[in-house]
Amino acid sequence: MSEVIVDGVALIGRHIKHIRRVPQKLLSVTVMPVTMVLAFGYILGSAMDVPGVEYREYFMAGVFAQVMVAGMTTTGVGVCEDLNNGLVDRFRSLPMSRSAVLIGRTVSDLLLSAIACVVMSVVGFAIGWRIHGGFWSALAGFGLVLLLGFVAIWGGALLGLVLRNAEAVGSLGFVIVMPFMFLSSAFIPLDGLPGWLRAVAQWNPLTAVTDQCRRLWGNSTTAHGDGFAAAHPGLVSLVALAVLFVVIVPATVRSFGKATAR
Amino acid sequence: MEYAIETHDLSKSYERHKALDGLGLAVPPGTVLGLLGPNGSGKTTTVRLLTTLLRPDSGSCRIVGLDVVKQAKEVRRNIGLAGQYAAVDERLTGLENLRLIGTLYHLGRREAHRRTDDLLERFGLTDVADRQAKTYSGGMRRRLDLAASLLADPPVVFLDEPTTGLDLINRIAMWELVREQTARGTTVLLTTQYLEEADQLADRIVVLKNGRTIADGTPDELKVGVGGQRLEVTLADPARAQDAARALREWGVGTATVGEGGRRVTVPVDGGIDAVATAVTALKGEGAHIVDFSLRKPSLDDVFLSLTGHGTPARDSQPDAEAEHAA
Repeated sequence: MSEVIVDGVALIGRHIKHIRRVPQKLLSVTVMPVTMVLAFGYILGSAMDVPGVEYREYFMAGVFAQVMVAGMTTTGVGVCEDLNNGLVDRFRSLPMSRSAVLIGRTVSDLLLSAIACVVMSVVGFAIGWRIHGGFWSALAGFGLVLLLGFVAIWGGALLGLVLRNAEAVGSLGFVIVMPFMFLSSAFIPLDGLPGWLRAVAQWNPLTAVTDQCRRLWGNSTTAHGDGFAAAHPGLVSLVALAVLFVVIVPATVRSFGKATAR
Repeated sequence: MEYAIETHDLSKSYERHKALDGLGLAVPPGTVLGLLGPNGSGKTTTVRLLTTLLRPDSGSCRIVGLDVVKQAKEVRRNIGLAGQYAAVDERLTGLENLRLIGTLYHLGRREAHRRTDDLLERFGLTDVADRQAKTYSGGMRRRLDLAASLLADPPVVFLDEPTTGLDLINRIAMWELVREQTARGTTVLLTTQYLEEADQLADRIVVLKNGRTIADGTPDELKVGVGGQRLEVTLADPARAQDAARALREWGVGTATVGEGGRRVTVPVDGGIDAVATAVTALKGEGAHIVDFSLRKPSLDDVFLSLTGHGTPARDSQPDAEAEHAA
C-alpha cells in the first residue's frame, strides 16, 4: 500500500510540473472556464427568459458540470501521449505500483478541475452568482461537481488507452459528451421538451448532478418533482456516478495492464 | 550454468498474425546478444515479452532465473529497458526525468540523487540537466533514455533499436556507452536493423525473420556465410562497365558484377588492402573515368539474400497488390 502512495505522489509531482509547462493545460484551467462562464452568463443568458428562473443563478451549475466533463479530453490526450512516446512501456517495466500511474494522472487532473472550479466561482461571483445555502451544503455541491469530474477523468483515461490516438479521443469524447450535455438540465429547463424526451433527460446523470447542485447552493431550479429522478436528484446522481466509477475504473486498470506503444 | 536470459519455444500471436514462433535463447551473464532483423520480424515482440509488457501465448522465459510471467515484479527489479521511442518525459528536465525513475525504482532519495548525478556526468548531460527534455537533440534524448534504463544498475538491460534514426556521431557515442556498460558486467539484449551495429557490440547474433530464428552465431560466423567486404565502383560511362569488370577479373581481384543502370561494378574483396590496391591498378590501366569508389561491409540485405536465397520478405505481397490495382 505504501508503494502506491510513494509512486503516486512521485507521479502527481510529475503532472503538477506539467501544469506550468504545458500551455494547453494552463489554458484549460484559466481561459476556458472564464470564457464558459462569460459566454453562458452574458450571451446565452441575455436570450433566456424563463418565468420564475433567475438564469444567472441557474446556469452556473451547468457550466461547472460542462467544464468537469471536458476534463475527460485533457486526460485522454495525456494518456495517449504517454502511450505513444513509450513512457507507459517504461513505467510498466519498472518494479512500481501499476495503479500508481493511473492514480497519479487522475488525481493530478482532478486538481486541475478543482483549480478550474475556483476560477469559475470567482468569475461567477463577479457577474452576480450567489450561493444561498449554508457552508456545508455549498461544500457538498462542490464535492458532487468534483466527483463528476473524477468519473469523467477516469473515462478519459480509458478512452486514451483504448483509442491510443489524441485526435480520436477528442472527437469521440465530443460525440459522447454532447448528447449528455444537451439532453440535460445543465443549460436549459426541461419543461419545454416532449414528455418521453423529458423522461430520458431527467434520468441523465448530468441533470441529476446539476439539479442537486442548484438545490445545495440555493439557486433557481426547475425540477418540479414529476417522477422519481426529478424528485431525488441527489440519490440518482450518487448512484449513477458510483455505477459509472465501478464500471470504468477496473476497465481502465485492465487496459493499462495490456497497453504498449505501437 | 544459470543464463541471464533464457527462453524456450517462446511464441506470441496478434489476432491471426504470428509475431514470434518458437524462439529459444540462452544468453550467458555479462554478454551481449544482438537480435537482428527487418521491421516485423519479431524483435520488439521479443523485448516486450522479456520485459513483462506482454504475456507469451506459449513457451517460457526466465531473466536471471526468474520466471517472467510468475515473478514479473522480481523480474522488473532486475531489468532496464530503453526503447526505440526514447521514452523520456519531454516536459521534465533531464535531472527530473532521472530522479523520477529513481523514485519509481524505490532507490531511496539520496541514492536516486547520487546515481542521477553520476549518470548525467557519465553521459555528458550535466550541462543540460536543468533544461526540459523537449529541447534536447535526438542523440541527447537517447542518452537520457539509456541513462534511465541503467539507473537501478540492473543486471540485464534491453535496448530496442537504440540508434535507429541517429546520425553517425551519435550512433558511435551510443555504442561507446553500451560498451562501457557491458565492461561493468551488464548483460545486454540489443535489437537492431544494422548488421554493423550488431557486429560492433554483440558477442552473439540471432537473425529473425517472420518470428523465426533463421541464423544464430557469432558475428564472424555469420559473416563467413555472407562474404567479406565489397568494393563498389561507379563509372561515368556505362559503356565501360564491362571492360572494368573484365580488368578486375583478369587482375585476379574477384568476379565482378555490373548493376544499377550498368554504371556500378561490385566486386567482393576478401584480400583486404592488397586487393583494393590491385583493383585500383586494374581500373587505372583500363583508363575508365571513375565517379565513385567505395568499400562497404555486407549489409543486412546481403545477410538476407544469402540466408534466404532470394529477396527480402517485405516484397512478397507486392505482386498481388499490383494485380488488384490493374483489375
